[in-house]
Amino acid sequence: MKKVLVSAVAAALVAGPAAADLVFPDLSYRTGPYAANGIPFSDGYQDYMTLLNERDGGIGGEMIKVIECETGYNTEKGVECYEATKGEGALLYQPLSTGITYQLIPKATADGIPVHSMGYGRTSAKNGEVFHNIFNYPANYWDGASHAITQILNENEGDIADLKIALVYHNSAYGKEPIRTLEELSKKHGYELSLLPVDSPGQEQKSQWLQIRRERPDYVIMWGWGVMNQVAIQEAVNIRYPMDHFIGIWWSGSENDVLPAGEAADGYKALTFHNLGSDYPVYDDLKKYVVDAGKAAGAGDQLGTALYSRGMYAAMLATEAARTAQDMFDTKALTPAQMRDGMENLEMTEAKMAALGLPNFGPEFKVTCSNHGGDGLGAVAQWDAKAREWSLITDYFPADEEVLNPLITADSMAFAEENNITPGCM
Amino acid sequence: MPDQLLFAMEVLLNGLMAGVLYALVALGFVLIYKASGIFNYAQGVMALFAAMTLVGIMEGQVPFAHLINAAFGTDLHVFGWQLSGLVGIVLTALIMIALAWAVNHLIFRHLVNQEPIILFMATIGLAYFMEGLGDLMWGADIKKLDVGLPQGINGWIDTVTFDAFGYGFFIDNLDIWATVIAAVLVIALMIFSQYSKQGRALRAVADDHQAALSVGISLNFIWVLVWSIAGFVALVAGIMWGTKSGVQFSLSLIALKALPVLMLGGFTSIPGAIVGGLIIGVGEKLFEFAIGPMVGGATENWFAYVLALLFLVFRPQGLFGERLIERV
Repeated sequence: MKKVLVSAVAAALVAGPAAADLVFPDLSYRTGPYAANGIPFSDGYQDYMTLLNERDGGIGGEMIKVIECETGYNTEKGVECYEATKGEGALLYQPLSTGITYQLIPKATADGIPVHSMGYGRTSAKNGEVFHNIFNYPANYWDGASHAITQILNENEGDIADLKIALVYHNSAYGKEPIRTLEELSKKHGYELSLLPVDSPGQEQKSQWLQIRRERPDYVIMWGWGVMNQVAIQEAVNIRYPMDHFIGIWWSGSENDVLPAGEAADGYKALTFHNLGSDYPVYDDLKKYVVDAGKAAGAGDQLGTALYSRGMYAAMLATEAARTAQDMFDTKALTPAQMRDGMENLEMTEAKMAALGLPNFGPEFKVTCSNHGGDGLGAVAQWDAKAREWSLITDYFPADEEVLNPLITADSMAFAEENNITPGCM
Repeated sequence: MPDQLLFAMEVLLNGLMAGVLYALVALGFVLIYKASGIFNYAQGVMALFAAMTLVGIMEGQVPFAHLINAAFGTDLHVFGWQLSGLVGIVLTALIMIALAWAVNHLIFRHLVNQEPIILFMATIGLAYFMEGLGDLMWGADIKKLDVGLPQGINGWIDTVTFDAFGYGFFIDNLDIWATVIAAVLVIALMIFSQYSKQGRALRAVADDHQAALSVGISLNFIWVLVWSIAGFVALVAGIMWGTKSGVQFSLSLIALKALPVLMLGGFTSIPGAIVGGLIIGVGEKLFEFAIGPMVGGATENWFAYVLALLFLVFRPQGLFGERLIERV
């Protein structure tokens, strides 16, 4: 009996997943200060994977295995999660944290595992000739900064030379990401930029909003996360700042951010790189095969929220890249290297999204060896407080590549030089 | 009057208001430390827990709904009632009293006569336990809290200052209410401790545990009492901060704002918490206004600690703290 038990324990210890499973770790955060955002994203990510398993039998006949690991949005824990799960046959990491992404760039590159930091992480990872294993399609922070300025240009008939624009940002590497881009764009368009950092977590912002009240900028752009967003929107309401002149990055554009301010948040705008709401055929399937079947990752109460949609979109891009890799290599089971190649050859078309039950859900884009960031398309969403929903008020539009490309080239080449990387395609 | 002076006056007033909010958090620390010598690391989490409980009760949320549904396959979420803010506050206060009783009977009663560091470690454990308990009971989503307190710019002050100076001052109605409530709370606490039997017993325990025990004062009762009062103060702080930002995990981090206040005002003085809060609030806001733009801004978090450290150099026990005299 003892021998049997020992053998069973030993077998359990050495056995990984079934060799053919497609393994996608989910570095989630369901606890801590950012749990309210981490939960819907993780639910959307996992539920979409579950849907493919339940409805389609996985991807190309190969079942998907999601390994969830709690990071608490803590960089050290995120790296621990990576180390703990990479040996399980992990095909792709999407850490939902710029801090964790920065730590994983050298590790994942050395291990040959791709990382997809969708709308976060290191912006210059767009240059695939330097960052071979890192992808940040369909849009990055610098694209976002450019989208905000383009929106302001569009609202002012292309002339913003006399405008004052304030950036309220999380005083961290993440929050500082758009500054260089906004400074470069101010040289091009002539607007006056003022910078207002907010210390983490951002519970107290009175000084920043008193300054905004005194200086009366024509527009306020926000780069926040977590409680900083809710407090900023409430403070904007308190000083009666016009909400339709207040534009947040996509990480400042969830229901969590606007609901605490109630109806006063009506008209607030946020950037996005995917569509919003639940009016898509895929949601019928999610309800039928996942939620009603009791297989939802969470409580099943997040469907249709902005961050659930983003998690689902991240999962869809991951699984479509896996499908691309299966077609490329004519195999069902994949290695991380094949997954990387699948990502590098991913092409999202409207026909493909419509077939997946997500018509017009995201922009069309194509990934290439030299461009791991897609076409940088984004759109603007606006909050309707009465209906309690976001809706797109623009089509997808491009970022100002004339300004951004030289910045990306300069930053990625500096990284290549520091790390002795010879740029080029693999 | 020069614009910069007007702006500085506006910043000063807002600093005073912010200071009151900091003092509200610091008050909870002081009450427990004064009566039991315990530095309650869980005070911030108590504010979060109280605010979550208040929203849950007001909205008729079923506690532990996710757990119950997962275990029994049910689909429970709400009881179907909506309660007023006042009823919610009363019921939450009762829950905070029950929590105080549980904390004392399950943890601190067993740690009497232990070193202060042991008691401090116990409160760290309590903080993490309550974080998890709060999430399990009420969920981790961000909740809107509305107990009827007005928010937004005070129109009267705006108009009066505009007529007088040509520039209308911004003062948040919520901050004004916080100031009034904090003043009432402090006066009530002072009356309670000066004129009630329990209050005098509380002061006796604060002065000398053993002497208080020798004259028949129940240490257990006093500790439950003081944790209950600290729980109520946490509820008030949770309401004020939760109304500003929504009730969410970050509320527990407001304790970080109380630490420099305690360092400055002293750990054992209620007036110290108030005055310390006001000095920190005004100091950090004026520094951010005058010096912040020259050094890139976002100075408030670190400046509060620098200011507190400066005071510590000259008065290690804080402005109003009791001087420690150790006889050899």
